[in-house]
Amino acid sequence: MDALEVVRPGLLTTVQDLGRIGCQKYGVPASGAMDQAALRAANLLIGNEEGAAGLEATGEGPALRALADSVVAIVGPDMEALIDGRPVESGAATKIRSGQILELGRARRGLRAYLAVAGGIDVPLMLGSRSTCLPAGFGGFHGRTLRRGDILAVGAVETRLVGIKGRRLPQGWLGRLGEALTLRVTIGPQDDRFTPEGIRTFLTGTYRLMPEMDRMGVRLQGPPILHRSGADVISDSIPLGAIQVPADGQPIILLADRQTTGGYAKIAVVLREDVYRLAQVTPGQVVRFRQMTVEEAQASLRRYEGRFQALRQTWQSEGEHPNYILQHKGRSYRVGVEGGEGTYRVSVQEQAGRKPQVGDEV
Amino acid sequence: MSRDSRIGVRFVDAGESCLVVELGDRIDVALNLQVRALCLAVERAGLAGVQEAVPTYRSLAIYYDPLRIGRGALKENIDALLCLTLDQVELRSRVVEIPTVYGGAYGPDLEFVVRHTGLPQDEVIRLHTEPLYHVYMLGFTGGFPYLGGLSERLSVPRFHTPRLKVPAGSVGIAGTQTGVYPLESPGGWRIIGRTSLCLFDPSRQIPTPILPGDKVRFVQIPQRESQGPATSPRH
Repeated sequence: MDALEVVRPGLLTTVQDLGRIGCQKYGVPASGAMDQAALRAANLLIGNEEGAAGLEATGEGPALRALADSVVAIVGPDMEALIDGRPVESGAATKIRSGQILELGRARRGLRAYLAVAGGIDVPLMLGSRSTCLPAGFGGFHGRTLRRGDILAVGAVETRLVGIKGRRLPQGWLGRLGEALTLRVTIGPQDDRFTPEGIRTFLTGTYRLMPEMDRMGVRLQGPPILHRSGADVISDSIPLGAIQVPADGQPIILLADRQTTGGYAKIAVVLREDVYRLAQVTPGQVVRFRQMTVEEAQASLRRYEGRFQALRQTWQSEGEHPNYILQHKGRSYRVGVEGGEGTYRVSVQEQAGRKPQVGDEV
Repeated sequence: MSRDSRIGVRFVDAGESCLVVELGDRIDVALNLQVRALCLAVERAGLAGVQEAVPTYRSLAIYYDPLRIGRGALKENIDALLCLTLDQVELRSRVVEIPTVYGGAYGPDLEFVVRHTGLPQDEVIRLHTEPLYHVYMLGFTGGFPYLGGLSERLSVPRFHTPRLKVPAGSVGIAGTQTGVYPLESPGGWRIIGRTSLCLFDPSRQIPTPILPGDKVRFVQIPQRESQGPATSPRH
C-alpha cells in the first residue's frame, strides 16, 4: 500500500532496518540504521516489529505527504517536526491523515532521526534485509537516497493499533544525544601491533571528528598512535565499531556501510551501544576512549537489551489489554478490558500515587 | 588473548560480539583451505547464537550474540570443530572461468604493462590466463575476490592516485595481486581487460558467482564474440 510521497528529500534520507546478517562472507557490507537504538524504539512505539524498515534522515529531514491514514513515530535528535505546520512531539506515536504533510527540520542537537511508519517501509528484501547499501548501490529504495517524487509503500499492519495512542518514550530514554562522548572500547584484535605508548596515547588522548564522516566511517584527528612496525596486517574481517589506525596514526572508526575486510591494524572495537551514540555526533566534536574488558562490554550489552525488554513488556501488555484510567474521589484506578465478541473481562487496579496524564484514554 | 594448545591457533576478541580464530599468520593456500573448512563446519554446526562466520586469508571471524551463547561455550564448541576439521580439509574446489577481453578500450593499461615488464602483449596475456588462481576470500564491498597466484613477471606498481571510476567487470593487476572489480568504483590497479561476467547480483540468494575457496581462470575472448562487457551490475 502506498503510504508516503517524498515532497522534499532532506540531506541524506535512506530506508534502513537492522542490517544484513550473513552476507559479509560475500563481501557485502552489513548496512542498517546508524543508530539502531533510535530505530528500534521508533518501531516499538507504534507496535511494529523492532527490525521493521524505517527512514533514516541525516542532518536535515525530509518532507513527506501521507497517501493514507497512518501512525508514525520520530525518534532521534532534537529536530523540529511538523504535521501541516503544527509541531509534533518526537518520541511519541502520532496519527497522520491522508493528505497531511509531515516535515522534519534541521537537527539542532544530534544528527540522525528515524521515522517509523505503522507496518514498516515496504521495499523488496535484498539478501535478507531492506537496508540501503549505498557503497554497492542496492537495497532500500532502488539502492539510493530518497528523491523528490519517490513513493514509499508500507507493509500490512499486523497488530491492532490499540493502546498506542499517547505512547511515548520515557524522558531521557535515549540519553543525551550529540554531546561530547566517551566511547567505551575493548582493546584488540590487533593491539599487539602498537607500542604500549601508542595504546596509552589512544586511551588518554582527545580526538576530533573530521568532516570526512559518512555511513562507512569517521576519521578522527588527535595525538598520533604509534605502531610497533607498520600499520599493515593481513586483511581480515572488520566488525562494526572497529578502530583502524593507518600509517599516519590517526584513527578511523568503521560504521554501518563499512567495507567487510581491510588491512590496517585495528587497535580496539567500540561497544555497539556507543557506536549508535556516535552516530548522533556531528563533525568537529571531540571523543575520548575508555577501555573495558569483553566481560564488562557484554554485561553492558545485557543491560542495554534489558531496557528494550522493559519497553516491550510495558507496551505489549498495554497493546493487548487497553487500559483506561478512572478517577474517583481523587484516586486513580487502572481499568483493563480483555476479551470481545459480547463477553468482556474488566479488571480494576488502584494506581498508587499516579496522576492522570495527557494521552491516557479516559 | 589466549593461546590455544594447538600450535598457531589463536582466539582473539574483536569487540563484545566477535571472536576471531586465527589459524596462522601468513598468506598460504593450505592455511586458507583450513579457514574455509572451519567456516563450513561452523555453518553446518548451526550453533544457537552464532550469527555469521566470515572467512579471510588466515582467520575466521565468528559473529555471535553474547546474550545467547557465552564466549567460553563458543570457544569450546569451536575447539571441538577445529579437531574435526584441521586434518580433513576438502581440497576439491570449483573452477570458475572469467571470459575476458584484453586490451583496447577495455584494458587501457595493457600497454603500460607491456612497457613496464618488457614482455610482448601476447606473453602478458598468456601469463595472466595461464594460472589457476586461488580465491582466498571475498571482501571490500560487493564481492571483490582476493586472488592468489599471479606470475611474478607481471608485477607492476599501482597508480599513485587511484582512478575515480573503474567500470564494473574491469580486470586489474597490481603488485602480486590480480582481481576483478565487481562494481563501478574508484581503483588504483592497472586495468588490462574486462569481463561481461556479472560478479555481484544482490537479487540472488548467493550474490557472487565466485566463492571463497574456488579456483578462477581468466579466458581470453575476442572482443567481437563477447556480448559487450558489463558496464554496470545487473540488479
